[in-house]
Amino acid sequence: MTTKPLRLKELAKGEDRFAHGHRMCAGCGAPIVVKQVLMATDYPIIASNATGCLEVSSCIQQFTAWKIPWIHSAFENAAATISGVETMYRSLVKQGKIEEQNVKFVSFAGDGGTYDIGFQSLSGAMERGHDMMYICYDNGAYMNTGIQRSSATPFGANTTTCPAGDAIPGKLQHRKDLTRIMAAHGIPYVAQASPANWMDLMKKVQKAFEIKGPKFLNVIAPCNRGWRTKTDDAITLAKIAFETCYWPLFEIENGVTKITSKPKEKKPLVDFLKPQGRFKHMFAPENEWMLVQAQEYVDAQWERLLKDEAAG
Amino acid sequence: MSKKFWEELPQGSVVLEAGSSAKFKTGSWRSMRPRWIEENCIQCMFCWMYCPDMSVKVTEEGKRADFDFEYCKGCGICALECPGKKGNKAIVMEGEGN
Repeated sequence: MTTKPLRLKELAKGEDRFAHGHRMCAGCGAPIVVKQVLMATDYPIIASNATGCLEVSSCIQQFTAWKIPWIHSAFENAAATISGVETMYRSLVKQGKIEEQNVKFVSFAGDGGTYDIGFQSLSGAMERGHDMMYICYDNGAYMNTGIQRSSATPFGANTTTCPAGDAIPGKLQHRKDLTRIMAAHGIPYVAQASPANWMDLMKKVQKAFEIKGPKFLNVIAPCNRGWRTKTDDAITLAKIAFETCYWPLFEIENGVTKITSKPKEKKPLVDFLKPQGRFKHMFAPENEWMLVQAQEYVDAQWERLLKDEAAG
Repeated sequence: MSKKFWEELPQGSVVLEAGSSAKFKTGSWRSMRPRWIEENCIQCMFCWMYCPDMSVKVTEEGKRADFDFEYCKGCGICALECPGKKGNKAIVMEGEGN
């Protein structure tokens, strides 16, 4: 199959494989990620979905937003589920019971179902080398159950399980660098993307589908409820996350790191923190050290990425 | 859509109709309403690309048409991302019922 050209006017003529009428909150980033992923290709796709906002709001008994075969698995086993489906498909093709149709296998999960609860099944599926793609939409907390901290929650964020108050000023740990952990599995393709840079995201999806073996894609998905922002700024915040290098866009193909898009000018991290209510307490005079520490962490991560790219 | 009881549901509660969520009209959630000003529209299609609710209609020629108010939740992403023409936005948000 030839790779689909990514021109907005052409793409707009196509049919969405994720339907309206889903019950994600107004202004949610996750459905934008899903629609862009499914739009990037014409291959038949079978998906599994870990428990999370996307799962509970896209498929409520009798109503499904998906126009592709889709399986809901539990919180911890989305990767195991799709690896089983992929194996069954290969077996049925081998037995001559079905024809080879170039089916692609995808797993969708939030950061809770990826960084924390689903991590063991994800790591196992990657190690076994299944021909599948795992897509994590990272909104940085358990938004579905009421904004509890996850290991993807950034430093300083106020959540319901690390509330900023007299005892602690929000989350005191830095986020887990999952994209790099996935790259350490030695899988052929790992990338980080953003729905605001739709062309970059769709190119990565297209590239990943042409690679045989396990692939991992980490995508930022702003959540206005959990980030305490307005309903209209999901894309703007994803853009600022890229410009401040909080969410750099890069890919690691067979161990070689490449930054796919660099901001023209690296903006200070406060540009990303300021519009979000979950970081409000960090701007109090006594918490100034938090802003410094958060900036230092992002700078160190960015420097490391630049070094990795230079090393080839 | 009428409620189904367990005897009528497919085994394993499988949903057999793809995209059946379209029967659930989320437009009633809206408190703000986007208004499309066609003369300021440069047909960049960003609103269509960034709409989380697939609520920007497209004509057969791939041109932007009006909003699909049956599903639009009024989040306002389209209005914020709209580049407009010469500084004039092609999408503005207005209070529902004004």
